Amino acid sequence: MSDQHPPDHFSHHVRRYLLVFYALLFGTLITVGASYIPFGHHAVNIGVALFIACGKAFLVAGYFMHLISERKMIYGIMAFTAFFFIGLMFLTIFAFADFPRLTVRH
Amino acid sequence: MTEILPYIVKPREDTGLYNAKVGIWLFLASEVMLFGGLFSAYILLRVGSLEGYWPRGWLNIPVGTANTIVLITSSITTVMAWASCKMNQLGRFKFFHACTILLALTFVGIKSYEYHDKFTHYSIKLADGKIADGHLVEKSKDFSLERKTGEIAIHGHEVNLANKSGKELEKELQLLYDLRSPEARAVRHTELKYPAAQIASLETYGPWHNTYTAIYFTLTGLHALHVIAGAIVIGFLWSFGAKMWKTDHERFTNRIEVSGLFWHFVDLVWIFLFPVLYLL
Repeated sequence: MSDQHPPDHFSHHVRRYLLVFYALLFGTLITVGASYIPFGHHAVNIGVALFIACGKAFLVAGYFMHLISERKMIYGIMAFTAFFFIGLMFLTIFAFADFPRLTVRH
Repeated sequence: MTEILPYIVKPREDTGLYNAKVGIWLFLASEVMLFGGLFSAYILLRVGSLEGYWPRGWLNIPVGTANTIVLITSSITTVMAWASCKMNQLGRFKFFHACTILLALTFVGIKSYEYHDKFTHYSIKLADGKIADGHLVEKSKDFSLERKTGEIAIHGHEVNLANKSGKELEKELQLLYDLRSPEARAVRHTELKYPAAQIASLETYGPWHNTYTAIYFTLTGLHALHVIAGAIVIGFLWSFGAKMWKTDHERFTNRIEVSGLFWHFVDLVWIFLFPVLYLL
């Protein structure tokens, strides 16, 4: 991506990287803090923690890995990955319907 | 520098990418599937576990948080090292990647401390049906379960699950499995001694202990291998590999970018591992 930028244009990139770094540290502390708050149901705690984790993952992938301004081909590879990854996660749900024949269900 | 293969340095016109970048993203895609499979195994194990038996608070949160911060910091030093390549500042590059390597070693060091803690944590089934749980203080030299000789001392507490059901069992289970519950936190740990003759069986909190420790060691072990591998690659580029800084600067910068992409991916995996294993 950045082949087009002359060296002196890099300082604003560096500033952005530092901001992302602070955001990641903040996100980590928030995640830990939120785990001490009882939100009523444990599922809410799981949701909150994973939501923050997704935010942090977006920052790392988007800025440190330059995904927000990548070439089309990389997006193509990522799209395939996302599709199959979601499939993998769905396997866990399919598994609940997967009983061996003649299983006695209570 | 003449190119041995096309597009090692210069991007291809149609994709706008150099070879290694396509390569590393394809590799990362396969890595996503590798960790994804284990994550879905984690979900299955967790959802399928009996009520009250899935561990909570078994790992030290301050230590895990510290390790998370170590890894995030190594990510910023990696990206700064790459930026230093782009800005042609060799000194800064050397400094930032030296930090990355040190941080990677710190991460592995802290992780081994955590592993050691699990391998010295004993769960002892006593002959009377009680369970003694705690960290090893001392095993006498002649300690042997088969010969029923010697004794073992742990720093911990006793739990009695036998003949209990309903709310009573739930409360007792919390003392073993939900270490973040007020009940478990209130338990006093003392030094306990058991002669081998009193012990039915014993094991440490290694991967064999239950499905949680199994998936914990598998996930974090695989992740730690990635940290070590990344540190070796970055270590090479920092030392011997850095000769290319002078001979083929652009190609070297690309190498730093590609190894950086791998490193950020390793950080990204940990971003999910930390809450999933330590906090939830």
